Amino acid sequence: MGFATNLLNIICYVPLLGALVIVFLVRKEQTAAIKTVATVVAGLDFVLSLPLWFVYDPAGPAFQFSYVHDWIPAVGATYHVGVDGISVLLILLTTLLGFIAVYSSFTAINHRQKEYYVFLLLLQTGMLGVFISLDFVLFYVFWEAMLVPMYFLIGIWGGPRKLYAAIKFFLYTLFGSVLMLVGILTLYFYNSSGLQAIGLPGLGHAPTFDVTELFKIATQIPPHVQFWVFLAFFVGFAIKVPMFPFHTWLPDAHVEAPTAGSVILAGVLLKMGTYGFIRFSLPLLPDATRKAVPWVVALAIIGIVYGALVAMAQKDMKKLVAYSSVSHLGFVMLGMFALNPQGLTGSVLQMINHGLSTGGLFLLVGIVYERRHTRMISEYGGLAKVMPVYAMLFMVITMASIGLPTLNGFIGEFTILVGAFNRSTTWAVIAATSLVLGAGYMLWLYQRVFFGEITHDENKTLKDVNLREQWTLIPLIVLCFWIGIYPKPFFRILEPSIRRVVEVVDPGYMNHPELHLPAAAPAAHAQEE
Amino acid sequence: MRPDLIALLPELVLAALAMGVLLAGLASGRARHGLLAGGALVSLAVTALALWYAAAATDPAARLFSGMFALDRFAVYFKALFLLSSALVILLSVDYLKRNDYRPGEYLALVMFATVGMMTMASGVNLAAIYVGLELMALSTYILAGYFRREVKSHEAATKYFVLGAFSSGVLLYGLSLIYGTTGTLDLGALTRVLAAGKPATATMVGMALLACGFLFKVAAVPFHVWTPDVYEGAPTPITAFMSVGPKAAGFAMFLRVFLVGLAPLAASWIWLVGAAAVLTMIWGNVAALTQDNVKRMLAYSSIAHAGYALVGLVAGGAAGVNSVLFYMLVYTVTNLGAFGFVIMLESRGYAGETVSDYAGLARRHPTAAFGMLLFMLSLGGIPPTAGFMGKLYLFAAAVNAGYVWLVVVAVVMSAVSLYYYLRIVLQMYLREGEGVEPAELVVAPWTERVIWACGLAVLVIGILPAPFLAAARATAGVLGLS
Repeated sequence: MGFATNLLNIICYVPLLGALVIVFLVRKEQTAAIKTVATVVAGLDFVLSLPLWFVYDPAGPAFQFSYVHDWIPAVGATYHVGVDGISVLLILLTTLLGFIAVYSSFTAINHRQKEYYVFLLLLQTGMLGVFISLDFVLFYVFWEAMLVPMYFLIGIWGGPRKLYAAIKFFLYTLFGSVLMLVGILTLYFYNSSGLQAIGLPGLGHAPTFDVTELFKIATQIPPHVQFWVFLAFFVGFAIKVPMFPFHTWLPDAHVEAPTAGSVILAGVLLKMGTYGFIRFSLPLLPDATRKAVPWVVALAIIGIVYGALVAMAQKDMKKLVAYSSVSHLGFVMLGMFALNPQGLTGSVLQMINHGLSTGGLFLLVGIVYERRHTRMISEYGGLAKVMPVYAMLFMVITMASIGLPTLNGFIGEFTILVGAFNRSTTWAVIAATSLVLGAGYMLWLYQRVFFGEITHDENKTLKDVNLREQWTLIPLIVLCFWIGIYPKPFFRILEPSIRRVVEVVDPGYMNHPELHLPAAAPAAHAQEE
Repeated sequence: MRPDLIALLPELVLAALAMGVLLAGLASGRARHGLLAGGALVSLAVTALALWYAAAATDPAARLFSGMFALDRFAVYFKALFLLSSALVILLSVDYLKRNDYRPGEYLALVMFATVGMMTMASGVNLAAIYVGLELMALSTYILAGYFRREVKSHEAATKYFVLGAFSSGVLLYGLSLIYGTTGTLDLGALTRVLAAGKPATATMVGMALLACGFLFKVAAVPFHVWTPDVYEGAPTPITAFMSVGPKAAGFAMFLRVFLVGLAPLAASWIWLVGAAAVLTMIWGNVAALTQDNVKRMLAYSSIAHAGYALVGLVAGGAAGVNSVLFYMLVYTVTNLGAFGFVIMLESRGYAGETVSDYAGLARRHPTAAFGMLLFMLSLGGIPPTAGFMGKLYLFAAAVNAGYVWLVVVAVVMSAVSLYYYLRIVLQMYLREGEGVEPAELVVAPWTERVIWACGLAVLVIGILPAPFLAAARATAGVLGLS
């Protein structure tokens, strides 16, 4: 079936084609045409990705919609793409946020519009490529190539310190990923001919960068090799996540990036780090992963608490949301390194949730920024009177971010806490306590911006959100409620893929059926709320 | 014809045609740039045909001219690369010479003579033959560096290059004589057998070290790199481009052949020497480039750094190491010539005066040229999907396979560092609007523009579909007796 085998390629390269169309066929003065093409392409891409949701069969083979083609036979690199439940959700998140990013930029970007939409579409191809690649070289190509358009998005259309933020973002993430490359090469040669001078014989298989082939040797890799490769991967992924203490690029990049750039950064780019862990580190290096658990969890918990405390002290709305990302991603990492089905499922679901709620928050901050050109919390106050619809939308997204039941954040955090509790009561207690901090900084933000008297005259005449702005947020809000009220389809699509990871990384766990909470349990719980 | 002469045909043809260009140049003086350059290009094309014929008619294993000369696939690959780079350099030079009003005849002839020298170096299987080729190349390049005789910087470059180059040739020759004195042979094959037979004398080791120093000078590796920034800055820009690709690749050709064949039995001793040089070169080249404001100097340090990466491939050794260096030389040639082409287009502000800030706002006024430069900078930094990434991937893979993981860690970290200065140019072109200073204008140079186009295309094609190019480099495997 041509369409199914090529579906991933189509999804991945439609934005690239759209970018080329804009470059070659539209003049830079025709801004309306540029916007139309970009919106149509991004919307089409989202529509094209929908079949993944309906056709992907959780009970089927591990990777579906696969497409394999020779690429560099000399080294065993193939063009191999395919998706499992985890990547299906992330692809859908990417195409949705990609469309929203384009759609939300119409009035925010006023100069060099042609380049802007070209870079936005190129970025989308890069991100989708990361989520569909099942070959290490291919993965790495997309992983790094994606840095370039993001660099330009921050550097050209960013805030006052854009140059600094852009180069910091680029170099930080690049530094991590080059070390990851060394890890990839080590793994590759361990599978084939070995590393001669340090006396490490290989397994003698045919050289291949194909991840599905390398999964097969995961249990044969000796612990010391796993340790070094895990470390190399860890640097690459942890910087991207970002985990404490590798997070310092994030506030700069988020704050300086234009609104759509922040949405993409928070919504998708950060997920590439957590996705890297769950796709590569856990199933390829199970031994090292188990040994790393205390260290990673310690960093994750520090990140949760630290991110929340720093967020509380921020005067700039965008910076507050940026630091809240550090905290939320700490949760994602905590769930993942609980290494049980609940933790991992919650972790992936929380990646989606964070993309929806934080993406929404950045959009909301962008809306008032466009009107007032300031993001300082003290410049606002009493907005609920002049912008009632805006206040309502902001409230829903805030609640989603805090984790109010019936909204998505609750399901993710609850599932993660169940997983963490199964592993260690202490972790769960610390993490659950810090949820209060999250509610604290978000509600305090809401109170300062929306309630009280209007202290600045400029705010008295602010226009409420227009129809286009509403429609950038409504899809996110609908999804927040959907996941919050009926998350079962999401659990269903994730369950087998998560189980495969747990079977490798913690085989002992799967042998204790009495410990095995059905993954849908928290869902039922949520419905009772 | 005798097989010896057939194998030497490309060099003979090119040398004869170079003399023809020289004589024609004498007759035409400062005029007829296009015609002479066309003649030079046709000569290179004829040489390429001769190379194709000679390679088909010669037994790759044969040792010709009493064991002096070989035309194996290693040599053929490098010769084709030299012909390509010289042709691109001549294309870059046409408009440049005309604009600056210098005589094209001698210039073109010298580029061709240097090419003959490089081709001889790639074929030499005897240290004496390699040295003869080296000197022909070096002498031609000294003159070319000082060719713009109305420019003080060009004089300075030529003088420095000549004095230091002659000194390094002396060191190299001294090393050769010590090796000859202790082993009784200059033939690389015989040398391997003698060295493998017993413990080498101390004088042999000294000779080997001196040889390494001489070679490191020729490829501009730290600590023998000090000449590079000044010479690269002062030389006419097309010649800087030439030096950074042709002679450097030729240096690596002889480095690979001499050290991986002739001195292979001493590998345990030279590997740490070359490995240390590689580490120093990568670190120093990249760190020093960070603070350069002059674009040519920055590219000079960048070229030092890239010699360091290529040395990693030499340390890795084996067929994989050789292949990766060969492939890297191709990648580096197209990338660097494209980048220098862009520098040439911008040289509207006096001789060698461009600073990084002159690039401000170029993306808006010259979007296609700026996009080309963006590709070259990303390729030099090793960001996919450009050729530079694939080149580095194979180099580092070879080194990891050989077990030099620590060397690769240094290399990848330094290539992340290098992005800082490559992105400085990108930043000026795309992120700055060019306010304040009067922006530099691009000169009208249609051929240079075409070279940039061709190189940009090559960078993308090699970066996305490297398989055929890699196969060409891999076909040389086994030629040096490596597996």
